[in-house]
Amino acid sequence: MLKYIAKRIGLAIVTIWAVATITFFLMNMVPGGPFLSEKAISPQAQAALEAKYGLDKPLFEQYLTYMKDALHGDFGDSLKQRGRTVAAIIKNKFPVSARVGGISVLVALCVGIPLGCIAAIRRGKFVDSFISVVATCGIAVPSFVICTVLMYFLGVKLKVLPTLGLTSWKHYIMPVIALAFYPTAYIMRLTRSSMLDVLGQDYMRTARAKGLSQVVSLFKHALRNAILPVITYVGPMLAYTLSGSFVVEKIFTIPGLGGEFIGSITSRDYTVIMGTTIFLATLIIVMNVLVDIVYKIVDPRIKLK
Amino acid sequence: MKQNPMSFQLKLNPEDFLPATEEEKESLVIMRESVSFWKDGFRRLAKNKVAMVSIVVILIVMVFSFIVPSFYPYSYKEQMKGANNLKPMQYSEQELEAKAAGEKVFPHIFGTDKLGRDYAIRVMMGSRISLLVGLIATAIIFVIGSAYGSIAAFFGGWVDLVMMRIVDIIYTIPDILLIVLLSFALKAPMEGLTEVPGFGWIRTVGTNLISIFIVFALLYWVGMARMVRSQVLMLKESEYVTAARALGVSNGKIIKKHLLTNCIGTLIVTTTLQIPSSIFTESFLSFLGLGVAVPLPSLGSLASEAINGLNTYPHLLFIPAALISLIILSFNLLGDGLRDAFDPKLKK
Repeated sequence: MLKYIAKRIGLAIVTIWAVATITFFLMNMVPGGPFLSEKAISPQAQAALEAKYGLDKPLFEQYLTYMKDALHGDFGDSLKQRGRTVAAIIKNKFPVSARVGGISVLVALCVGIPLGCIAAIRRGKFVDSFISVVATCGIAVPSFVICTVLMYFLGVKLKVLPTLGLTSWKHYIMPVIALAFYPTAYIMRLTRSSMLDVLGQDYMRTARAKGLSQVVSLFKHALRNAILPVITYVGPMLAYTLSGSFVVEKIFTIPGLGGEFIGSITSRDYTVIMGTTIFLATLIIVMNVLVDIVYKIVDPRIKLK
Repeated sequence: MKQNPMSFQLKLNPEDFLPATEEEKESLVIMRESVSFWKDGFRRLAKNKVAMVSIVVILIVMVFSFIVPSFYPYSYKEQMKGANNLKPMQYSEQELEAKAAGEKVFPHIFGTDKLGRDYAIRVMMGSRISLLVGLIATAIIFVIGSAYGSIAAFFGGWVDLVMMRIVDIIYTIPDILLIVLLSFALKAPMEGLTEVPGFGWIRTVGTNLISIFIVFALLYWVGMARMVRSQVLMLKESEYVTAARALGVSNGKIIKKHLLTNCIGTLIVTTTLQIPSSIFTESFLSFLGLGVAVPLPSLGSLASEAINGLNTYPHLLFIPAALISLIILSFNLLGDGLRDAFDPKLKK
C-alpha cells in the first residue's frame, strides 16, 4: 500500500513539473509580450520593465529562475495588475470559483445518486426509462447551451433571476444548475449501471432471504458497493468544478479563477498564466491521487499493483 | 489382444474403415451459411431502433451540411444589404420589391444575422465544420492511439513501462488548460507556415482548425491507447500469434493483421464514441473564441455570437445550440448501439 501511494505521489510530482514546463515554453511561443500593447510606452521604459521582471534574459535562464522561485513558494508579481502578487490574485479569485463549484458538486451528488438508484430499483418501469432518457440527453448538451437557455428563459423572459454577477444567493442558482447539469446526468448513469450490477449479486438475495428489510438491504448492501465507481468520478469532477468552468464563468461574468486564466492569456500576463496553471493542475492531480488511494482503501477487492 | 495400459495403441476394428452411411453424411452437411462477424454485428444493430434512428439523423445532418450548401441560393459569407437581422421567413425591402416585380426569391428560413448573412446556410456550414472536426480529429486519435497502444502491449517489458508512464502523465494533465494555451500558442507559427510555399492550403482551412487538430493529436489519443493496449495484452498470448511468429511473420504484420483486426469491435466502438466528444470540445473552444476563423462558422461560434443579441433574436442561439446537442446525442446513441452489437463484453 505504501509503495503504491509513493508511486502515485511520485508520478503526480512529475506530471505537475511537466505541466509547468510545457506551459512555460508554450506561453513564450505566444506572440507579443506583456508590455507591447501598453499605450504610449517608450522603448526605454519597455526595456526597463522587461529588465525588472527578467524578461530580457535568455528563455532557459528565465525558466530556471522561475522554477527555483516556484519551489520556494514564490510565484512572483502580476505583470499587468501592478502591485498584486500572483498568490494574492489566486487567493482572491479561487474562493469565488470554489463556492460555486462546491455547491454544484453537492447538488450533482444529491440529485444524481438517488435518481440513479431509483432507476435501477424500478428497472424497466416508466421511471427508469424517463431517468435514462434524461441522463442520456443530459450528457449530450454542452454547458454553454444550458447556460444560455437558462439565461434566456429565467433571466431575460421571466426575469425571476439576475443574470450577471454574484452578489446574492439568487445569483448562484443559474451557474450552479449549469455547472451541475453534466455531472448530475453522468452520476445518474453511473449509479444506475453499477447499482444494477450489485442488485444482481448473490449476496443481495442472501440479504433478503435472511429477512433483512428492503431498506436495510438497499442501503447497507447495495448502495455501499454501488457507490464505488461514483467515487472515481467525483475526484476529477470536484477539481474541475472547483476551479471554475471557463464557459460558465464567462457567460455569467463570475469573477472566478477560470475567467482570470483566460484573461491572463489574452493579456500575456506570464506570471499569472504560470501561477493559475500550476495551481489548477496541482488541484486536479491531487484530487485524482486522493481518489485513487481512497478507492483502494474502500474496496479491498482491488489488487495493489 | 492384451494392451499395455500406458501405450498409445488404438483399438481399431475393421468396421471403422467402412464408407460412411447416408445418414452420417447428412449430419455433416452445413445447413446454414456461417454468420460472419460483420453480418452478426449488423444484424444486431439493425434490431436496435434507437441506433437506427440516430444513424438516420446523422445521415440527414450530413446531407444538409455537405450536399445542400452546394446548390443553396445563398452563401455563408455573402452579406446582403438591407437584410440585417431578419426574422425567420422574413424578406428584406429589396427582396419584397423583387418579389412584387414577379421574381422568385428564396426565403430566409432561419432569417439572417446582424451582418445580413443568411442564417440557414451558416448553420449548415457550421454543422459541416463541426462534423469535419469530429471525424478528422477522431481519425487522428484512432491512428495514433491504436498504433501506440498495440506497440506498447506487443513489445511489453520496459518499452511498455516507459510508454505507459508517458500515457499516465498525459492522462493526468488537465486537458482544458493545455487546450486553451495550445490554441493560443499555435496561432502564430501556423500563420507563419502559411507563407511557406506548399502550405498555402492551411489558410483556406483556417489556422485555428489546424491547431485544434494538433491539440487532439497531442492529448486525446491516450484513452484509445489504453483501450487498445489492454486488448492486445490479452490477444498476444493466443495460439495464432505464436503460430504466426513461428512461421516467421514480422512484428509489424502480426500487429496489423492479427492483433488489431481481432480487437476491431473495441476499436469501432471507442472510435464512434470519440466523435461526439471531439465535437463537444470543438464547440467549447469555438464558444470561447479559440475555434474556427471568421467568416467560417462553427456551431459553437454561431452560438457564441448570438449571445449578445439573446434578448431580441433568441432563435440565432437556439438553432445552433439545439443542432449541436442533437448531433452529439445521435453519435452517443449510435456508439452505445454499436457497443451492444459488436462488443457485448464492454457493456456496463
